[in-house]
Amino acid sequence: MKVLYALLAVIILALVPIVGVGELGLRYLFGVIIPYAAFAIFVVGLAYRIVRWARTPVPFNIPTTAGQQKSLPWIKASNVESPNSTLGVIARMALEILFFRSLLRQVKGELRGGELVYEGRPYLWVGGLLFHWAMLFIVVRHLLVFLRTPPDWVTSAYIVDAFLRRVIPTALQISTVIVLVAVAYLFLRRVVSPQLRYISLPSDYFAVLLFVAIFVTGALMQQVFVVPFTPVRSLLAGLITLSPRVPEIHPFFFVHFFLFNVLLAYFPFSKLMHAPGVFFSPTRNMRNDSRARRYINPWNYPVKVATYEDYENRFRKELKVAGLPLESEGGEAMKTPVKISLRGEGG
Amino acid sequence: MNTSAKIPPQINQKPEELLDTIDYTPPKKDWLDAKVEFRKGTYCYGATPQLLEELGLPNPRQWQPYEEDWKLPENWKETILAGMKERLTRYRSFKTFMDTCVRCGACADKCHFYLGSGDPKNMPVLRAELMRSVYRKHFTLAGKLLGRLVGARELTEDVLKEWYYYYHQCTECRRCSLFCPFGIDTAEITLMARELLASVGCSSKWILESARNSYRAGSHIGIPPHAMANIMETIKDDIEAVTGKRVEVPINKKGAEVLFITPSADFFAMPGWYTFMGYAMLFHEIGLDWTISSFAAEGGNMGFFHSMDMAKKICGKWYTEAKRLGVKWIIGGECGHQWRLVHQYLDTLTGPADFLEEPVSPVTGTKFENARSAKMVHICEFTADLIQNKKIKLDPSRNDKWKLTFHDSCNVARGMGMFEEPRYIIKNTCNYFYEMPRNTIREQTLCCGSGSGLNPDENMEVRLRGGLPRANAVKQVHKEHGVNLLTAICAIDRAAFPTLLGYWVPGVEVSGLHELVGNALVMEGEKERTTDLRGEPLHDAGEPLRDGEQEVVHP
Repeated sequence: MKVLYALLAVIILALVPIVGVGELGLRYLFGVIIPYAAFAIFVVGLAYRIVRWARTPVPFNIPTTAGQQKSLPWIKASNVESPNSTLGVIARMALEILFFRSLLRQVKGELRGGELVYEGRPYLWVGGLLFHWAMLFIVVRHLLVFLRTPPDWVTSAYIVDAFLRRVIPTALQISTVIVLVAVAYLFLRRVVSPQLRYISLPSDYFAVLLFVAIFVTGALMQQVFVVPFTPVRSLLAGLITLSPRVPEIHPFFFVHFFLFNVLLAYFPFSKLMHAPGVFFSPTRNMRNDSRARRYINPWNYPVKVATYEDYENRFRKELKVAGLPLESEGGEAMKTPVKISLRGEGG
Repeated sequence: MNTSAKIPPQINQKPEELLDTIDYTPPKKDWLDAKVEFRKGTYCYGATPQLLEELGLPNPRQWQPYEEDWKLPENWKETILAGMKERLTRYRSFKTFMDTCVRCGACADKCHFYLGSGDPKNMPVLRAELMRSVYRKHFTLAGKLLGRLVGARELTEDVLKEWYYYYHQCTECRRCSLFCPFGIDTAEITLMARELLASVGCSSKWILESARNSYRAGSHIGIPPHAMANIMETIKDDIEAVTGKRVEVPINKKGAEVLFITPSADFFAMPGWYTFMGYAMLFHEIGLDWTISSFAAEGGNMGFFHSMDMAKKICGKWYTEAKRLGVKWIIGGECGHQWRLVHQYLDTLTGPADFLEEPVSPVTGTKFENARSAKMVHICEFTADLIQNKKIKLDPSRNDKWKLTFHDSCNVARGMGMFEEPRYIIKNTCNYFYEMPRNTIREQTLCCGSGSGLNPDENMEVRLRGGLPRANAVKQVHKEHGVNLLTAICAIDRAAFPTLLGYWVPGVEVSGLHELVGNALVMEGEKERTTDLRGEPLHDAGEPLRDGEQEVVHP
């Protein structure tokens, strides 16, 4: 049911430009206005969310330690899994962001005949890594569209990526093949596994199906509709030089382009924000050195703490019986319990 | 050896029967709609009005979770939402963890409560979604516009009840956060949820009782000072009976070099008691000038399970007591979440402890650089340094009746990163050490299922289920190597494991690490040991030791 909602949404979205451009001829709307609006929403939304995160204080130093702390000099500390220096944090974050370190730990735990069995399961790691890296490649490839004289490394990437096409002219780029396989895996595991189906929201299916639609329309543009490239480039060049004009373009291009615009506009409001979010994760980006260096909480307000004086007054008799030293002789033993307020003075 | 399961009186299912109830197939009903049922054995009692009043907490009334009417204050919803808003602007962890989850499911089968119950809301992802769904509805544009399509739902009493139920089935062990590609830590969300629940008067009785006692009296069961002095006399008698030596356990001694703070279960409960004997013997043997405090007598901080403020109220007295007594620095005993607090919070919450000195071992001269600001050293760091510098004599054969395995306590593992120090001590005090399977130890360690205040007996079924994965790993080494002892450096472990292992793996006992140190420690002028610290014969008569088995098994 949840999948159907999402599928329906994506199909409707794909139909919008078909009707809009194909039937109504709203080429300026789909070629200029919507792209600018989507881009603006993306940039402003992204910036807003990131600034909100960045401005939210981190009151405590809470790294999840996955390796040996730095303690005695003869015990080998793990500066990456339990970073004790900024360099260690950078290494940890780099592994996390570039290679999905934590997902690589993936182990499936299952009860079998009364015994818990754990098995290494790198599939999600492989699938996720391929998906994201292939997408990066595709972004790089699309830069070609923008740049009249792309730098050598972009061209090299393109040549490597188009390797299959050298052999079979009708083949897709390697990155497209990989991203399609990976996104299919990511979608199927959500549908096939009962547990994942249970935790998945319509918005989870929507995000993955939106990617599927963008990839598939891109491939169709290239393979089936054979959309001519030059007018596309001139449209995009016009957009980025702020001198928009809409040349004659194959209408199918607008399906691919519109879905991408939807993705841009949807990004800041969705779970896709995990991409910038991972940089802000306090369990990953902090040093494990809070006993060596005092970490400051910017809003650390005072609360009323127990005082020894109250304690001594309460237990004067018992302290005497035990022969324990007293701070003062006087004072009434306190009979009533001390009221302590949760928020304290500074709250 | 008696190996039939010991079934606690709070549960009427045999281990096989409980295992049979675990089914990982999710229910038909969407999780957004499913209502929670408070079944006996699966929840902690609610705090009494007296407790709330005494602690100045809101909404004191007679109330229990299983009742239909929770007698919430009229404006409970506004209170919760305002509390959420406040916390979203104060904790980046909370804010980003609300925003970044993609529901990839990597955390799902990492939670011991999920593995032991099959309840999908015990998957860390859904536990967090219980909060996230409300966050989306009330704090995000997408949630306000699209509602259920993006998993947003209204905050209702049923949702609040779910919070109470499932956020008291999280031990804040952080195992999920290890596997999450974004480092989302359910412990952070549980902390927030419990604070929010507390703001409308829905807290656990056990947690608040312990917090109140720690605050007022010193220890979480509220031992008054004269009783504490008596206990120490008995501990000294017990040590004398085993070793022939009379040691000192100074209480509230001004001017001592070191203040020692350990969980109070180490001096009122078994088997923690033997661990305390070990500490006292060790400190005596190396001539440490130490003291305990009857005021700061609790290493555990049960306030942490209620709210950060309550945590601060309780550990706030550690530094002030250290100052009053005029000690130079502090040693902390074997405790799990105490060390999460000490390592990651204490200095921030109640520092700077600039009136103390940077810790230096008076015996070895080692500077504990890693504790130079917080001025608090873990007993395992301290003892490992003594051993490495050969300052104490150890006879590991005195622990030869034990074939032991070591349980990494969650907080010490994932909230501190102390893995090698305790293992070094074990390897120097014991001859037969066997590691549990790789996926269940060190940073991947599995919780005892009773941490973070979930250990009252009324919560027995949850505890037994949550502890199943750990117990199962113990069972494997028990079968394979004949392991008969689980050693842990956490007081909740020592309190919970005897019941847990009695149920799932009968025949395995529980100890603290310094009990083993105490056994192995060769004290000057001691009498020949015939018993261990438990007063039991040094070697099991029935099981003669095989000489060929002298190697220590390392992973």
